[in-house]
Amino acid sequence: MSRYILWRILYAIPIAFGVSVVCFSLVYIAPGDPLQTIMPADATAETIEIVKKAYGFDKPLPIQFAIWLGKVLTGDFGMSISSRRPVLNEIMLAASNTGMLVAFAVPIAFTVGFSMGTLAGCFPGRWMDRVVTGSAVIGVSLPNYWLGIVLVIIFAVELSWLPATGMGARGSDYFSIWDWEDARFLVLPVITLSMIPIGIISRTTRAAIAELRNQDFVQTLRAKGLSEVAVIRHVIKNALPGVMAVMGLQFGYLLGGSILVETVFTWPGSGFLLSKAIINRDVPVLQGTILTLSVAFVLTNLLVDLFQSMIDPRIRRG
Amino acid sequence: MLLGAGLAVAASGAQAQGTLVVGMTAGDLPLTQGNPDQGFEGYRFVGYNLYDSLILWDLSKADKASDLKPGLASEWGIDPNNSKRWIMKLRPNVKWHDGCPLTADDIVWNMERSTNEKSEQFDPSQFAQARAYLNNYVSVEKVDDMTVAFNTKTPDSLFQYNISYIMMVSPCRAREVKYNWAQYAEKPSGTGPYRFDRMTPHQRMEFLPNKDYWDKARVPKQDRLVLIPMPEASTRTAALLSGQVNWIEAPSPDAIPRLKSSGMTIVTNPYPHNWSYQLNFKNGPFTDKRVRQAANYALNREDMKELLGGMMQEGYATVPPSTTYYGKPVLYKHNVAKAKELLKEAGCLPCKVTFGISTSGSGQMQPLPMNELVKSNMDEAGFQVTLKTMDWNALLDVGRGGVMKNPDIHAINISRQTQDPFNALVRHVWTGAFSPAGSNWGHYSTPEMDKFVEQIMAEFDPAKRVALLTKMHEFMSQEAVLIFAAHDINPRAMSPKVKGFVQAQSWFQDLTPVTVAP
Repeated sequence: MSRYILWRILYAIPIAFGVSVVCFSLVYIAPGDPLQTIMPADATAETIEIVKKAYGFDKPLPIQFAIWLGKVLTGDFGMSISSRRPVLNEIMLAASNTGMLVAFAVPIAFTVGFSMGTLAGCFPGRWMDRVVTGSAVIGVSLPNYWLGIVLVIIFAVELSWLPATGMGARGSDYFSIWDWEDARFLVLPVITLSMIPIGIISRTTRAAIAELRNQDFVQTLRAKGLSEVAVIRHVIKNALPGVMAVMGLQFGYLLGGSILVETVFTWPGSGFLLSKAIINRDVPVLQGTILTLSVAFVLTNLLVDLFQSMIDPRIRRG
Repeated sequence: MLLGAGLAVAASGAQAQGTLVVGMTAGDLPLTQGNPDQGFEGYRFVGYNLYDSLILWDLSKADKASDLKPGLASEWGIDPNNSKRWIMKLRPNVKWHDGCPLTADDIVWNMERSTNEKSEQFDPSQFAQARAYLNNYVSVEKVDDMTVAFNTKTPDSLFQYNISYIMMVSPCRAREVKYNWAQYAEKPSGTGPYRFDRMTPHQRMEFLPNKDYWDKARVPKQDRLVLIPMPEASTRTAALLSGQVNWIEAPSPDAIPRLKSSGMTIVTNPYPHNWSYQLNFKNGPFTDKRVRQAANYALNREDMKELLGGMMQEGYATVPPSTTYYGKPVLYKHNVAKAKELLKEAGCLPCKVTFGISTSGSGQMQPLPMNELVKSNMDEAGFQVTLKTMDWNALLDVGRGGVMKNPDIHAINISRQTQDPFNALVRHVWTGAFSPAGSNWGHYSTPEMDKFVEQIMAEFDPAKRVALLTKMHEFMSQEAVLIFAAHDINPRAMSPKVKGFVQAQSWFQDLTPVTVAP
C-alpha cells in the first residue's frame, strides 16, 4: 500500500508541473497586456514599455517562468499587480471564502445526490426513477448562473427574504457563520452551487446501482435468502468506488469555486478572484490561483484514488 | 416561521440613516494611493473623494458642461515672461487627512513620485496612471512655500487640464509607512472631502466625511459612503431592487423600465463621451474623404437611440452639443442616397471595410448590437463591412499598436472621453500624437489641423482659445475624421431615498450634497 501511495504522489508532481507550464503559457498567449490593469485605456505603447521594465515583464518568457517557479518553490507567489497585496494572501483569503460555500454545498450535494440516485436505482423504470432522473437532468442542464439570477429575482428582489449579493452585511472580514444576518448570504449561492453536483452524482449513482442489481452476485445473494435491504447494502458497497470517483471530481470542481456562481453573487472566493485576474490580466494572481487550484485538484484525486483502493483492493492490484 | 424569518430579514436589510451605498461597474476596488485605476469610475468615486488635484472640475451644475475650478491651487496662470512656465499659488491652510499642512514641497514631492524613477517615492503604478497627462511636462519647482511653477516642453495652454488629473497624496503618510505603497493604500491620506475609513479587499471600501474639508460647501452631507464593485449589470440591478445598495452605475437599458416601475429614480445627462470609429488614414478606403463622409451619412442614429431605449444622444460630431466649442459642425444626417453617390464618386462601390470592435468594455455601451446596426446601415449604403470582433483587451492592444501594426483594420470602435480639449480633439488628429507614442491611431495628418493645434496650445486667452477650438472642431467634422455615432448619457439608478444629487455633465460627479433618507 505504501508503495502505491508513493507512486501516486510521484505521479502527481509532473502533472502539477505540466499544469503550471500550460497555465503560464496560456496567460501570455491570451491577447492583452499583463499591466493593463494599472494602465489607463489611453496609455500609449511607449508608456507600457517603460512600466513593463519597472515591473520586470520585459524579460524573455522562459526567464520570467524560471524566476516565477523558483519563487513559488520557496512559497513566494509574488505580488498582485492590481492590489499590490501578496498573491498567497489573496489566494488563502479567497480559498477560505470558497471553502465556506463548499462546506455547505458538498454535504448537500453528496447526500441529496446519492440518496436520489440510490432511490432511483432501486426502482428502475418506476415513477420514483422517472422523477429523480428528470430532476437530475434538469439539475445538470440548467446553467447555474441563470439559476442564480432566477433565485435572486425570486428570493431577493421579489420576496426580500434573502440578500442578492456579497458575503455578509459588512464584507467577508466581519463574516460570522453563527450570525444569521451574515449566514443568510450563504443560502442562495450554496443552493445554486449544489445543483449541478446533485444532478451528476444522482445520475451516476442511479446508473451504477441499476447495473449492479442485474449482476449475477446479486442474484446469488437473493438466492441465498438475504433480505432486499441487505442486498441493497451489498449493491451500494459495490457501487461506491465508481460513485466516489465522481464525487471526488465534483469536490474538486466545488473547491475551485465556480467563476459564474461567484460572479453572479459577488462572492469573494477563488472563482471570483480568478475571473477578476483574467479580466485584469493580473498575471501573478492568475498563475498563483491556477497553480493552487490545480494542485488542490490533483491532491483531491490522489486522495480519492487512495480511498478507492482502500475500499476496493482490485484497484490497487490493477 | 419561514414568513417570520423573511420579514425579519427584510426589516434588518434596511440601510442605516445617511449611508450612501454605491454599486460600481468596476471589476475591483480602485487603487487608493493617488491616481486610481478602473478608468474614470475610479477617479469619480475614489480619486476625487479622497484626494484633490491642484485644479478641480466644477461639478455643481447639471445644465452646462463642467469646466475647471480652483482646487489645491487657489489661482494659476502662465508666466508673463515665459510661455512654457505655469505658476500656481497654493491654497493656504489646507491640511492632509493626517494633519500635516500642505506646502509647495509636497507638490514637488508628488510630481517626483509620478515622474522620477530615481526618487525614493517613485511609484510605477502612479507613473503608469499619470504619464498620459504629463507628455509635455518637464519639471516642477518651488517658487516659495506656497507657490510652485511647472515647466513644459512647448507652450501648452491645455496643461492646466492635464494637471487636473494628477491627485496629490500626503508625503507625511508616505514617510510614516516608509514608502511602502501597499501599506499606504490601506491607510491613504489626501486632502479630499472624504477620509478613508476601512476596506475589505475586492469587496467594499468605506469613507467618512472630512469635516475639516477646506471647501465648506462640499463637506459631505451623508454619514458614510460605501463603494462596492459589481461588474455584472444584473447583479447591480438586483442589489438596488433588494435594498442592498441605494445607488447603481450604468443599469442596462432593458432593466430601466423595471427599475422605474419599482419607484427607482433614473438620472441621465449628456457628458463628454464619444462612441465613434477612429479611421485608418494610411491604408484602405477611408483615406478618401468622400468615403468617410459616406460612412457618416449612412448611419441612422435615431434607430440606434431607439435600440438603446433612448439611453444615448445622437453623435454628429466629436463632442456633445453642450460643449463650449461645439460650434456648427456639419450634421451628417441619415441619407443613404447621398452616401451611395459619394461612394460612386470615390470609385468604391461596394466599399469593403473591416472594423475592429469589442464584445464589451469600459464606456463601450452595448457594442455588439450597436455595431450590428452600424454594419446594416452601412451595407445598405454600399459598404461591405466586416466586423472583426475581439475582447476588450485585444481591441485596446490594436488601439495602442496603431495603424502601422494593424494595416488591415480600417476603423476601430474604442469609445473615448472628451472631458478636456486635448483628449477630445487634439490627440486624434495631431501629427505629434501619431501612434504608437500617441493616440492618433490612424495617422491623420494635415497642415491645417496641425496649425490649429499649434495655435491652440499657444493661446492663453480663454475666449480666443475657445474660438480656435470651435474652428478646429468644425474642421474635424468637415474632414469627417471619425465616423460619429453616439454620446452616452450616463444613466444611473438610485433609490427614491437618495436626495440632493446633481448630475454634472462630466465623467466625475460630486457626491458630497447627497443625503439618504431613513
